[in-house]
Amino acid sequence: MTTYYSEEHEWITVEGDIATIGITKHAADQLGEIVFVEQRESGDDFEKGDEIGVIESVKAASEIYAPVDGEVVEANGALEDNPGALNESPEGDAWIYKVKLADAAQLEDLMDLDGYKALIG
Amino acid sequence: MTDTPQRTPLYDLHVELGGKMVDFAGWEMPVQYPMGIMGEHKQCREKAALFDVSHMGQVILKGDNIGEKLESICPQAYASLKEGKARYGFFTNEDGGIMDDLIVSNAGDHFFVVVNASMRHQDIPHMAANLDGVEVVEIFDRALVAVQGPKAEDVVGDLCPAARDLTFMETTLGDINDVECRISRLGYTGEDGYEISIPEDKAEAVARAFLAHEDCEPAGLGARDSLRLEAGLCLYGNDIDQTTSPIEASLSWAIQKRRKEEGGFPGADRIQRELAEGAAKKLVGIKPEGRAPARQHVEIQAQDGTTIGEITSGSFGPTVGGPVAMGYVSKGHGEVGEKVNLIIRGKAQPAEIVSLPFVQQNYKR
Repeated sequence: MTTYYSEEHEWITVEGDIATIGITKHAADQLGEIVFVEQRESGDDFEKGDEIGVIESVKAASEIYAPVDGEVVEANGALEDNPGALNESPEGDAWIYKVKLADAAQLEDLMDLDGYKALIG
Repeated sequence: MTDTPQRTPLYDLHVELGGKMVDFAGWEMPVQYPMGIMGEHKQCREKAALFDVSHMGQVILKGDNIGEKLESICPQAYASLKEGKARYGFFTNEDGGIMDDLIVSNAGDHFFVVVNASMRHQDIPHMAANLDGVEVVEIFDRALVAVQGPKAEDVVGDLCPAARDLTFMETTLGDINDVECRISRLGYTGEDGYEISIPEDKAEAVARAFLAHEDCEPAGLGARDSLRLEAGLCLYGNDIDQTTSPIEASLSWAIQKRRKEEGGFPGADRIQRELAEGAAKKLVGIKPEGRAPARQHVEIQAQDGTTIGEITSGSFGPTVGGPVAMGYVSKGHGEVGEKVNLIIRGKAQPAEIVSLPFVQQNYKR
């Protein structure tokens, strides 16, 4: 399964027409200890670049921007009670959304792992 | 202020300890170390933490009747401040606003003053211009560190037994590692602890000596902010500024009785009027009911939807285990227990007015 990366430090994996979106380990490390995650609800439509959530650390709030167009199928409810999971397992259990892709061709605009590694140096 | 951030005498130590350095008020300071803000915060509440606060302005005042002269620019009773005692205060302007807050200590043959890093450029000329016959000397060759927490007495007292004899808001000179330091039992965390002024060339050795204690770990500005917020302590520039009066800021406790009655300080008209009639707004503690932190500038609404104020400091409180905030609400609001709404990203989130501090202060009285 291919993993794609955005310049906003999100990752996406795709199975069929359903994609899973989360934030990268690098992003989680930069944010510090995460204490709150605000998510959209199932059924919400969004376009690439839209703010689709907020992650708050002790110090500051950071927006999550949609890396593609789509519709929320499921928000990871476990993050509500345990936002700290985003620090422990941001690229595993602590995914943020399952979404239905509107246009799979948009994935081609994203980076692969090598490209993302180059971005974060 | 220069464009390049300044470095404190402990800069190299911060880097060695893995401090994440940020620009704060023109100074390159550690916001956190590898332990992280939550861990450093809990370290301070449970054991002891070392903070570098050398960016703050240290000032020596020399001359006669310094306390009386300070009363012309501060509403505190500094004329009666005894040798070896420290007292919190602030400079007020003619409109009764707070120009900065500060700690004044009577060191016997001089007074020792500590002001905020961001305001030292204002405060030093302000004192020089208004304290007739007083020599105002800004100190550039000393570090200032804070050792805070229930184990602070052991961390500092093991190296300097005289520190154990101080009680809250007392100050003395004492040798630490054969270096003469000014040791004051006070701080900005709500915990027992000390602020220690150290000659810059010995600062790193003294800091390392504190850190060698098994109960002491370094903490950065991030934890300093969450600690002071839980302790209900104001941050200049956030919770108080040149437009807010001490009465609005719920700081009337810091104006002694004689000064409240006699006045004779800048802005006394407004401050005495607000003492008698109440202020147009007041600073209160606010506890969001949900998990979303309410940050600075978040709007506060009454139950009927009218705007009654704004959050001035808000974060996640690691000891409280949830969001905590302070903010101003207009007259007629702000009773402990009052339900309000906080407008966070366009949505009303329920919150309650609570008494400050959020966490019991643990001073050594």
